[in-house]
Amino acid sequence: MNSTAERRAEMEAILLAPLVKPSRFYDLGILIMAMFIMWGLYAWSEQLRHGLIVTGMRDQVFWGLYISNVVFFVSLSLTGTFLSAVLRITGNHWQAPVTRLAEVVTGAALLMAATMILVDMGRPERVFYVFIHGRLQSPLIWDVMAVTSYLVGSIIYLYLPMIPDIAICRDRLSPSVSPLRRKVYDILALGWQDSAKQQERLNKLISIMTVLIIPVAVSVHSVTAWIFAMTFRPGWDVTILAPYFVASAFFSGVAAIIIAMTVYRKVFKLEKYITWEHYRKLGWLLLALLLVYAYFSFAELLPGAYKLATHERELLNLLLTGQQAFLFWVSLLGSIVVPAVLICWRRTRTVAGLTVASVLITVTLWIKKSYLLIVPTLQVSLMPFDAPGRYHPTWVEWSLSLAAIAGFMLMVALFFRFFPVIAIWETSRAAGEGG
Amino acid sequence: MGISRRRFLQTLTWAGLGTAVYPLLSRVSKVEAKGWAASGLDPRPTGTKTLTKQWTMVIDLKKCEGCVIINKPPQCTVTCNQGHFVPEGQEWIKVSKVRGAGGGSHWMPFPCMHCQKAPCVDVCPVGASYYTEEGLVLIDQDRCIGCRVCMAACPYHRRYFNWKQQRLTPEAALAERSPEYPVPALKGTVSKCMFCAHNVRKGKIPICVSGCPMGAIYFGDLERDIITNGMEVVPLRKTLAENNAFRFKEELGTEPRVYYLPGYGQEFGREARE
Ligand code: SF4
Ligand code: SF4
Ligand code: SF4
Repeated sequence: MNSTAERRAEMEAILLAPLVKPSRFYDLGILIMAMFIMWGLYAWSEQLRHGLIVTGMRDQVFWGLYISNVVFFVSLSLTGTFLSAVLRITGNHWQAPVTRLAEVVTGAALLMAATMILVDMGRPERVFYVFIHGRLQSPLIWDVMAVTSYLVGSIIYLYLPMIPDIAICRDRLSPSVSPLRRKVYDILALGWQDSAKQQERLNKLISIMTVLIIPVAVSVHSVTAWIFAMTFRPGWDVTILAPYFVASAFFSGVAAIIIAMTVYRKVFKLEKYITWEHYRKLGWLLLALLLVYAYFSFAELLPGAYKLATHERELLNLLLTGQQAFLFWVSLLGSIVVPAVLICWRRTRTVAGLTVASVLITVTLWIKKSYLLIVPTLQVSLMPFDAPGRYHPTWVEWSLSLAAIAGFMLMVALFFRFFPVIAIWETSRAAGEGG
Repeated sequence: MGISRRRFLQTLTWAGLGTAVYPLLSRVSKVEAKGWAASGLDPRPTGTKTLTKQWTMVIDLKKCEGCVIINKPPQCTVTCNQGHFVPEGQEWIKVSKVRGAGGGSHWMPFPCMHCQKAPCVDVCPVGASYYTEEGLVLIDQDRCIGCRVCMAACPYHRRYFNWKQQRLTPEAALAERSPEYPVPALKGTVSKCMFCAHNVRKGKIPICVSGCPMGAIYFGDLERDIITNGMEVVPLRKTLAENNAFRFKEELGTEPRVYYLPGYGQEFGREARE
């Protein structure tokens, strides 16, 4: 009994430390991200002034990096909450220390996806029209609904298990933080006293949210795929698109969580709580998802490649041997072959190896499932007067894309400036149950 | 055709909604609730029921020579561009050489097809693209949010985005913009051929029809069953039936209101015939 209490005290000391005084790395990171964001805002102001003419998009390839980023962030968002919900529901408690990280990734990614949509719009000041003039026939409106539902759901799902931890912050951090912050903790903790009755109620609520959030998470990504699948375009007009999106989003999301784990483990010194065991389990999950992804990638292409209908042939030429072939093959190599080796080979099955594999997967899936999904399809000529379309992103687009990634990281980082990365309450409970 | 695409989509969407928690949300926000409720059925006419007219275009490919024989750029395009102050880089009616199977080629003008089952209207999130009671597909640039999903949906590549503010001539600057006469074009929105809605309202034929020196373009009303190229008036249905009329990409089921009359043996093209 005594040792449990001691363990708990030590854990609180380590986990609450960054909330009072973060390390120098942390401040430096924030500074760099803020710089990227400022530059991005400048680029955006240029774009607002002159119109989308400052991008590389034109009438044929009318979507580019921006929409690629939307798809990417939506896919990032899928996993966080989804993964933690699936593991909670199946009674796996080993994940307790990483769930919060995953859920915050979800929230930040969704907010960034929404921002990127705004950036891509020709008239962003009219965005509220989707609420006052929205038409249910439009897949874009489905997306608005799905993303809003998921955002609200994820925030609730993130908040509920956090209540006890906020109460800990309220009780332990009082002398070291400003009165305002104490007040905020006080309000957010909702008078949590860790009584048996409160625990029972909270557990019930968490279970309900866990079940509710899974279909919403799947719907978000399916609907994003359907925006594309509802058109007559080669490469988009396929029934497999939604499940393929969900599968690959799960895949790249797990990779992203491994990266986040490594970063916060280092910066916040969490080696004691995020252990090799977590990496090992997530690593095998990553391998399983890699195989599913490889299967989908093949299944998506084969029927089209067999029949070679006019537009389909043009698209495949572009991808397999043409202008986009380099990116296409690099993305397959980087998302399937190399990570598989890194995970399977004993020598590289380490924290570093898995992190490298995850970085590779995240980058190449951005290429394959976002960029190569959008651009080559639009390059295909639909009409006799079309030449193969061209697209060269401009500095404005690159700046805003980098700013979006920085914005995403900044949101996650700022969140953990005020709330502990690891769910203290759940982790100590899981440890208690595990013996 | 038992169930229309729109009905199908609506049913599907409502079913999808059941799984999302959206009903809860919309109750929270009054504004949203009003918007969504109104959006269940678009207030503007969407079916064929309420149509008062059905404007139709027929292009006689036997007569169209791409204006090469008079040694000029395609006059339908030129007159349309001038008449509507069409922004630089856009051609609402585009004339293109089309290759035939026999190795020859023929000319073909492509305006917006004003599809009866228009994919662009289906996907527009805010109803900025819509059907009129006269069978047209118009764009309300004062409603358009510039998402470009309609450009993705249009299988004919007939929509253009206004990437920048167009340089205005005095007449264009003074014009009052409406869906029927989208001048001056609004930066950040979408433009396309609107079947000269402003002209036909006044009983005039479209600019490209009167602009074609060969009289290749006919325009008329399917309800009254007549078309004219500005020189002669002919019955519409009979002309279509007797001339093996076809529509572009008929297999997609978009049911365009633009018909083409073949005649060169289009599969083979002009050169092959000469
Ligand atoms: S041709 Fe394109 S823009 Fe015109 S009505 Fe049909 S789908 Fe819409
Ligand atoms: S770009 Fe404008 S017209 Fe086209 S779908 Fe979006 S809002 Fe509708
Ligand atoms: S009908 Fe009018 S708007 Fe359409 S192409 Fe002809 S002139 Fe241009």
